[in-house]
Amino acid sequence: MKPRLELRNICKRYPGVVANDGISLEVMPGEIHAVLGENGAGKSTLMKIIYGATHADEGEILCDGELIGTHGPSVSRSLGIEMVYQHFALFESVSVAENIALSVNSKYDIATLSNQVSRVSEKYGLPLDPRRLVHHLSVGERQRVEIVRCLMQDPKLLILDEPTSVLTPQAVEKLFVTLRHLASEGCSILYISHKLDEVQALCDMATVLRNGKVTGTAEPKNSTSAELARMMVGADIPETHLDPSTISAEPLLSVSKLSAPALDVFGTDLKEIDLDVHGGEVVGIAGVAGNGQAELVSLLSGERVLPSSHAVKLCGQPSAHLSAADRRRMGLAFVPEERLGRGAVPSHDLGDNAVLTGHRLNMVTRGLLDRRTARGFAGKVIDRFNVKANGPLTVAQSLSGGNLQKYIVGREIELKPQVLLVAQPTWGVDVGAAAFIRQTLIDLSRSGVAVLIISEELDELFEICDRLHVICAGRLSAALKRGEASVEEVGLLMTGLGENNNGSGDHAISN
Amino acid sequence: MRFQIEQRSQPSAAMRFAAPVVATALTLIAGSIMFAFLGHDPVATLVAFFISPLSTMNDISEWLLKASPLILIGCGLAIGFRANVWNIGAEGQLVIGAIAATGVGLFFPFQESVLLLPLMILAGMVAGMAWAAIPAFLRARLNTNEILVTLMLTYVATFVLSYLVHGPWRDPDGFNYPQTALLPEAAMFAPFDYAYRVNTSIFITVAAVIAMWVFTERSFLGYKMSVGGAAPLAARYAGFKESSSVWMGLLIGGATAGIAGMAEASGPLGQLSPQISPGYGFAAIIVAFIGRLHAFGIVLGGLLLSLLYIGGEAVQIDLDLPSSLTRIFQGMLLFFLLAADFLIFYRLRLLRSVH
Amino acid sequence: MDLFIAIATGTVIAATPLVFAALGELVVEKSGVLNLGIEGMMLIGAAIAVMCVFSGLPMMAAVTIAAIAGALSALLFGVLALTFMTNQYAAGLALAIFGSGVSAFIGEDFGSTPTDAVNNLHIPVLSDIPVIGPLFFQYDPLVYLSFIMFGLITWFLYRTKGGLIVRTVGESPQSAHAIGYPVIAIRYLAVLFGGAMAGIGGAYLSIAYTPLWVEDMTAGRGWISLALVVFSTWRPARVVLGAWLFGGMTILQLQGQALGVGVPSEVLSSLPYVATIVVLVIISQNRQMLALNFPASLGKPFRPAG
Repeated sequence: MKPRLELRNICKRYPGVVANDGISLEVMPGEIHAVLGENGAGKSTLMKIIYGATHADEGEILCDGELIGTHGPSVSRSLGIEMVYQHFALFESVSVAENIALSVNSKYDIATLSNQVSRVSEKYGLPLDPRRLVHHLSVGERQRVEIVRCLMQDPKLLILDEPTSVLTPQAVEKLFVTLRHLASEGCSILYISHKLDEVQALCDMATVLRNGKVTGTAEPKNSTSAELARMMVGADIPETHLDPSTISAEPLLSVSKLSAPALDVFGTDLKEIDLDVHGGEVVGIAGVAGNGQAELVSLLSGERVLPSSHAVKLCGQPSAHLSAADRRRMGLAFVPEERLGRGAVPSHDLGDNAVLTGHRLNMVTRGLLDRRTARGFAGKVIDRFNVKANGPLTVAQSLSGGNLQKYIVGREIELKPQVLLVAQPTWGVDVGAAAFIRQTLIDLSRSGVAVLIISEELDELFEICDRLHVICAGRLSAALKRGEASVEEVGLLMTGLGENNNGSGDHAISN
Repeated sequence: MRFQIEQRSQPSAAMRFAAPVVATALTLIAGSIMFAFLGHDPVATLVAFFISPLSTMNDISEWLLKASPLILIGCGLAIGFRANVWNIGAEGQLVIGAIAATGVGLFFPFQESVLLLPLMILAGMVAGMAWAAIPAFLRARLNTNEILVTLMLTYVATFVLSYLVHGPWRDPDGFNYPQTALLPEAAMFAPFDYAYRVNTSIFITVAAVIAMWVFTERSFLGYKMSVGGAAPLAARYAGFKESSSVWMGLLIGGATAGIAGMAEASGPLGQLSPQISPGYGFAAIIVAFIGRLHAFGIVLGGLLLSLLYIGGEAVQIDLDLPSSLTRIFQGMLLFFLLAADFLIFYRLRLLRSVH
Repeated sequence: MDLFIAIATGTVIAATPLVFAALGELVVEKSGVLNLGIEGMMLIGAAIAVMCVFSGLPMMAAVTIAAIAGALSALLFGVLALTFMTNQYAAGLALAIFGSGVSAFIGEDFGSTPTDAVNNLHIPVLSDIPVIGPLFFQYDPLVYLSFIMFGLITWFLYRTKGGLIVRTVGESPQSAHAIGYPVIAIRYLAVLFGGAMAGIGGAYLSIAYTPLWVEDMTAGRGWISLALVVFSTWRPARVVLGAWLFGGMTILQLQGQALGVGVPSEVLSSLPYVATIVVLVIISQNRQMLALNFPASLGKPFRPAG
C-alpha cells in the first residue's frame, strides 16, 4: 500500500530561523498520525507547506505516490487534502453556509449547500445551523464549521493544527470520537499537538519535531510520556514548585459586581463579576476564548474605563474610572495577550519599549527622554530573563514571539508591581522558558504581590494557581481552591453547565 | 530565476537614507522620458528645470522664499502624521491664518506700531489653530475622520477668502481687482536686502525645524505621540491618551500653516488675494513624507519641492511648457518615494530552487 | 411644478458623478483597500473624456476611454498599496495630487470650450408623458448607466460568489489567503474597477454635466465620494441616497444663487462641504452601525505569508 502522504527532506528557512530542516514522514491511509513538538518546533510551518499555503525551499511532497509539482491550497483541495487551522480561517460577518461555499467548487447555491451542510454535520455528530452568522458562534462551534467545511469535500487527508486548544475537556472527547469515525472510513489524519496525553489517547503513530528537525518517531500508545517528552524537549521538563505563602489580609485587587456591555459588536457582555486577589497568591481565570476574557482584562488594566469607580478596587482604592496610566502609578503591571502592537511597539527598539511602561523609573527628566536609563533597564531585563536579543537596540519585531514574551513579562516584573495581571503568560514560549516564567510568577506572588493569570491552558493554571475561577459567557464562577478542583469540574464550568455558575448564556458551548 | 519578497528582520538604516535619493533619481528619469515625448531635449529641459533656476542670487532668494513655508508646514504636519493624525487641510489653515493676520494688519489702530508684526504672527497662528481645532474636536470627541473634515474645511476657507476679497475687504482703490489694500510697512517682514524677496520670516522656519527635532527625537510627549502612530493599541495599553495626540497633532499643524499663511501676506504678497498660496498646504504633505517625517529630512524635502516650483515656472516661461508640470513632478516624486520605501522594510531574495 | 421637476431632475444629474465614483470606491473598500485618490482619478477621467470628444470620438467611446484612464491611474495606486505595501493614505494622496497635475496638463488645450457630446434620451411615448416623462425618461444615457451600475454592484456583492469573495477578502485577507484565494489579485481587480468608475464619474462632469473642461473642476467631489461611502455604512443603496442628498444640496444652492437669496454666494457655495462634515459627524456617532458592515481589514496592508 502506498502512503497517503509522504514528505521527503522538507526545508524552510525564514530570516534568522530554520523552521523546517530536512523533515521526512509518511502517513498511511486511515492512519491517525501525530506531529508532536513544543511551541516553535516548526509544526505549523510544516502543515502550511503540506497544505500549500506556504512553499518549501527544498524537498518533495508525494500524495498517494504522486509527486506534487506546483503546490497551493487549491491543488491540495483537488487532491483531497483539507486543513483545520488553529486560528480558524473563517469570516465573522457571513453565515456558516457562505463560509463553506467559499471552499467548495459547486455552483453558488446557498439553499442546496445548507442542506448538504446539515446532512454532513449530522452524520459526524457535529450539529450546526448553516444560516447563523459566524460571529454569533462560540469557539467550539467555529471549529465544527471548519471541520464540516473539510468533510464536505470527502477528504483523504485531514490536517488539524492544535485543535483542542480551544475546547473544553468534554468537547475534546467528542472530537476524538468524530476523528476515529473518520479514520475508520479510510481518511488519514495528521494531528498536530504539543499535548502528550491527547496524542497517546488518539494517534497510531507520532513524528516528533524539535527546533525544526525530526528527533524521532514512535507509536504513542506503546510509549511512555517521559520518552515522548524527552524526544520533544531534548531534556527532562523542569518542574515548578509552589512554596506555601502568607496571604495579605485585604485583597490588593478586588472586583465586585462588575457588569459592562461589550463595546465591540462581536464582543461579550460582562455580568456581575466578583473577584479578589490577595497579596501572596496566584489566582487564575480559565475559560474558552471569547467568553469575556478580553473585555475583563481591558477593564482591569484601565484600557477601558467605566464612569463610576467602585466596581474595581486597586490596593483598596476605587479605580474603575482611572486610566491605565493612573492604575500603573498605583502599582498595577500588566502583560497583555498580544505582544506585538500592544505589549510592545513593533518598530521601536527594546530600550524605547522599556519607556512604554517604565517611564516613571527616571526615564523622563523635565519632559525629555533619558534613553540611557531606558537602555540600562532594558539590558537588565534582557539579562535577567535570558531574552535572546542583541542588546537594547534590537527592534521589537525582530524578536521571536517567545523572546518578546520573556522581555515583556520581565519588563512588567521589573516595574516592581503590587498587582500583576498576565494574559496567556506562556503562549508561543518554549517549554524551558515557560517553566521559568511560571516559576517567576509564583516567586513574585510569594514576595507579596497579587498575581492574576488569564489563560486558556488548563494544565498551566492547575500547575501554578492557588485559586481558580472559570469564565463563561461573561460570568465568572466562584473560586475553586487548589487541590479541590478537578479537570472535569472546571471543564463543565467552561461550558456553563457547572454547578456554581449562574447559568449558561448563548456563548456557551452546548454539547 | 525567481525572486521572493522577504521582510527584513530590522528596517534598513542605509535604505532609509537611500530611498529619497533613489526616488529623486527615478523622478528625473521619468521626467526626461516625459520631456522627450513632448518633443523637448530631455537633458536641456532638465537643466532648465532644475539647474538654471539656481544660477543667480535672486534665484537663491526665490528658492529659500518658497522653501520656507513648505518646510514650516511640513514640520507641523509631520508631527501629526507620526501620530497617525492626518491633517491634509493645511491649505485651508494657511488661508485662514493669512486672513486673520491681514485683518490685524489692516485694521489694527496703530499702523506703525512695532507690535503690529508680532500681533499678526499671533493672529495667523491662533487662526490656523482654531481652524484645525474643528477637526481635532470632531475626531477626539465625536469620532469623525479628520482627513475628510480638514479637506472640506479647506474648500470652506477658500470661500471665506473669496468673500472677503470680493466683498468687504476689497481695496477701494484697487481697480476692482479681488484683493485687499497693501499692508503697512510695520506689518511686513524685513527683507535681508531690498533687491531680493527672501525675508526674516525664514528665522521662524529655522526655529520650527529645531523645535520639531527636539520634540520628536527627545521629548516624552513626542515619544507618546509616535507610539500612538506606530501602535495605537500599545498607546492605549500604556495609558497614553489618544485624544491628546489628536489635539497636539492638529493644533501644531494648524499653527505652522497659519504662520506660513501670515508670512506670505506679510512677505512676498504684501496683501491678501485669492492667490495667497500656490498649493503650499498640499505640497507640504509631500515634503513631510520625503523628509521621512524627520526634521532635517523635511528641510531637504522643502528645498526639493521649492525647486520644483521655481523650475516649473522657469520652463513655463523659457520653454513654454505647461505649469501643471510642477504638480505632475510632485506626484511622481511621492509615488517613487513610497515605492522606494519598500526597500527599507523588505528585500528581494533570489530563490535557489524553483518549485 | 416646473420648479419641482427642475430641482428633482437637477438633483439626479448633479448626483450622478458622485454615484459613479462612490459606488466604485465602495467596492474597493469592501475588498479592504482605502483609495483616497478618487479626486485624482476623476480629474484624469474628466480631462481624457474632453480630449476624446474634441478628437471627434462619440460619447460612449469617450466614456470608455475615460474609464480605462481611471483604471490605469488606479493601477499606480494599486502597485504602491498592494505590491509595495505602502501606507494606503499616502499612496492615495499621491494619486490625488498626481491626478490633479496630469489632468491640468491634458486638459490645457481644451480649456473652457463647451462640448455637446451628450444628449438627453428621447424615448417615444414615455418621455412625452407629462411630469413622469421629464422626471424619469428624459435623462442622458449616462444617468441610466449609473442606475444600471448600482443594480449590478448590489447584485454582485450580495448575490454572487464573486461578491462574497470580495467581502470576505475585505474582512480577513489572512483567512481568504489561507483557504486559497489570491487576495492581492482580487484587490487589484477591485482597485481597477474603482478607478474605472471614478473615471466615468469624472467624464460625466466634463462632457455631460458642465460640460466643459476647467482645471480642478471636480471641486472636491472625489473627497465627498469618500465621505459618502462612510455615510452609507458600506451599503450601495445608501450611497445612492447620500449622493442624491448632495446633488439636492448643490441644486438648491444654485437655485438660491439664481433667485438672489440675501446671502453671499460664497456661503451658498460652501454648503455642500459643510453638509459633508455634518453628515460625517452624525454617522460617526453610531459606532454599531459603522462596525456592522465595516470591512475589518480596511486600509491595512496585507502580505501573503511565505
